[in-house]
Amino acid sequence: MFLNFFFDLKNANLPVSLKEYLILIEAMNKRVIDSFKINDFYYLSRSALVKDERYLDKFDKVFGHSFKGLENTSEIEEAEIPEEWLRLMGEKHLSDEEKKLIESLGGWDKLMETLKKRLEEQEKRHQGGSKWIGTGGTSPFGAYGYNPEGIRIGQTESRHKKAVKVWDKREFKNLDDDIELGTRNIKIALRRLRKFAREGAETELDLDGTIKSTAHKGYIDVKMVPERRNKIKVLIFFDVGGSMDAHIKICEELFSAARTEFKHMEYFYFHNCLYDYVWKDNTRRYNEHQSTWDVLHKYPSDYKIIFVGDAEMSPYEITYPGGSTEYWNEESGQTWLTRTLNTYENAIWLNPVPEKYWGRIASTTVIKQLFSDRMFSLTIEGIDKAMRELNK
Amino acid sequence: MKFEGTKSYIATEDLKVAVNAAITLERPIIVKGEPGTGKTMLAHEIANALGSKIITWHIKSTTKAQQGLYEYDAVSRLRDSQLGDKKINDIGNYISKGKLWEAFESTGRPILLIDEIDKADIEFPNDLLLELDKMEFFVYETGETIKAKDRPIVIITSNNEKELPDAFLRRCFFHYIKFPDVSTMEQIVQVHFPDIKSDLIREAFKIFYDIRDVPGIKKKPSTSELIDWLKLLMTDDIDAKALKEKDPNKLIPPLHGALLKNEQDVHLFERLAFISRRENDNSE
Repeated sequence: MFLNFFFDLKNANLPVSLKEYLILIEAMNKRVIDSFKINDFYYLSRSALVKDERYLDKFDKVFGHSFKGLENTSEIEEAEIPEEWLRLMGEKHLSDEEKKLIESLGGWDKLMETLKKRLEEQEKRHQGGSKWIGTGGTSPFGAYGYNPEGIRIGQTESRHKKAVKVWDKREFKNLDDDIELGTRNIKIALRRLRKFAREGAETELDLDGTIKSTAHKGYIDVKMVPERRNKIKVLIFFDVGGSMDAHIKICEELFSAARTEFKHMEYFYFHNCLYDYVWKDNTRRYNEHQSTWDVLHKYPSDYKIIFVGDAEMSPYEITYPGGSTEYWNEESGQTWLTRTLNTYENAIWLNPVPEKYWGRIASTTVIKQLFSDRMFSLTIEGIDKAMRELNK
Repeated sequence: MKFEGTKSYIATEDLKVAVNAAITLERPIIVKGEPGTGKTMLAHEIANALGSKIITWHIKSTTKAQQGLYEYDAVSRLRDSQLGDKKINDIGNYISKGKLWEAFESTGRPILLIDEIDKADIEFPNDLLLELDKMEFFVYETGETIKAKDRPIVIITSNNEKELPDAFLRRCFFHYIKFPDVSTMEQIVQVHFPDIKSDLIREAFKIFYDIRDVPGIKKKPSTSELIDWLKLLMTDDIDAKALKEKDPNKLIPPLHGALLKNEQDVHLFERLAFISRRENDNSE
């Protein structure tokens, strides 16, 4: 009945299965919705086919496309005003530097007016069908503009009174996959990495052991075992400074999530590539550093290793002794990375740079090869895959 | 059997469709959403509306799927056997029924609420797949099969702390409770406080949605917090004027502790209030 729609969903990479399609057909058959109202059908199919709020936005797009000929926007490059810009607003709002900048751009009021106009245009266009068309030159607005309407998009109007179709509004936009990375999501992704072991005080009754020992001895002999706990141990190396500055926010999020999620977690910083020393405090990195040898010797090989870095540097920084940009390193970064990989069986590299650019950067390719392809992007999806890899 | 919302619970159109689909097709429905949007309440309200019995199973991190079916108390049987108790001849004496068993036994389509399923171990939902699908399970100790007399309406809530396995999701309906918009919110408040002054509501709403929109806020206030706050405003008999206060020194809303539950958020809000005060000063 709705086969085209179903395959459209499938083609848009929504995880829909035959079972779910059959459930939808069954529901239609049993007249869950009285008359055939498109709105009700939208609700019903959404409830039957989408099982995660991340996919709601994609679903809305496909639904619009399948049933109304709404332009399918998944292939068009979308440029949104990132939420951070708006969020930064609250903090950046009043620094003197920015005030000067605003003056240089024609004053606050003028800027606001232009932005408003821009937003109005966008509003019109989105009602016409394709939403959120990129506005290439919005950068001044992103960093310095403020628009109250901008933040409140989609909340001031009642959804029942508006003429726009429900799915057309695509209210679940910000819940879509791999863009959003809150610590909560990272925590969930990190939680994949677990290894349960019984250790410590014996608090639980060991039923099997008790029965066995009772049968053996002829009287009740209660045995206890320790509780099951996550015993995973993690060592994280963060690349800091230089090109990593652009990724600070996501690294902070990963760091705080990892801190709460893993009981045994240690971290060290390095710059660009791992050489003969690492440090724990960036303000005192030149005085208080630790030899990498000590680190490799101190933490046993059952630690799981995570490197976080953009792997963007000159290839010489990896492959040649003395390649470091900061000092003369006796041994090449490659030697140190290989040493680490030989010590620890489970090691991966998380890269905040989008995966599609990896192939174009020589150093990234080199490191990826060193890690025998165990490089993952620093998105929810990537972390998820990385944790599976570490669990092996 | 059809769910149309109740006097005390405002159900949006999409929620009704999803719930009715789950009732008609006798499949579980998973309800997700921001904390405080009434996920658990939904189950109780459906029970109210349909006049059915509700059986609640709260899930904790230590809950095992087996506990929902039944538990076999081998230790007391062992003890009794030493004392020569006659009870031990019937193994049924040592089997205590779980919530699922309870739900399968009761008549007239009871409602089974599995609350916060994501709290449990990752394997938990998978362990219940067959039981929820076929609505029957086998008791190994006694060799009997427990089959649902009337298939219960199963409502599962999740706070999204863990992903649920695909095989499990495939068998369920899904609903994500979106944060209510202003008009739905008005209805919700009306249900809870029928005699609240309309100007108080208007001003309170403005503050509430403004706070939710503050960029960078850590814990957004939810519906249940709004209701609490309104309750406080009403018991303290705070006038709508007090909320409209443009006096620069009183820009933080009264009793804001009910809405902002995190000191960083309060701090952020104070800073923003300070900024807007400065802007007001400049414009004057």
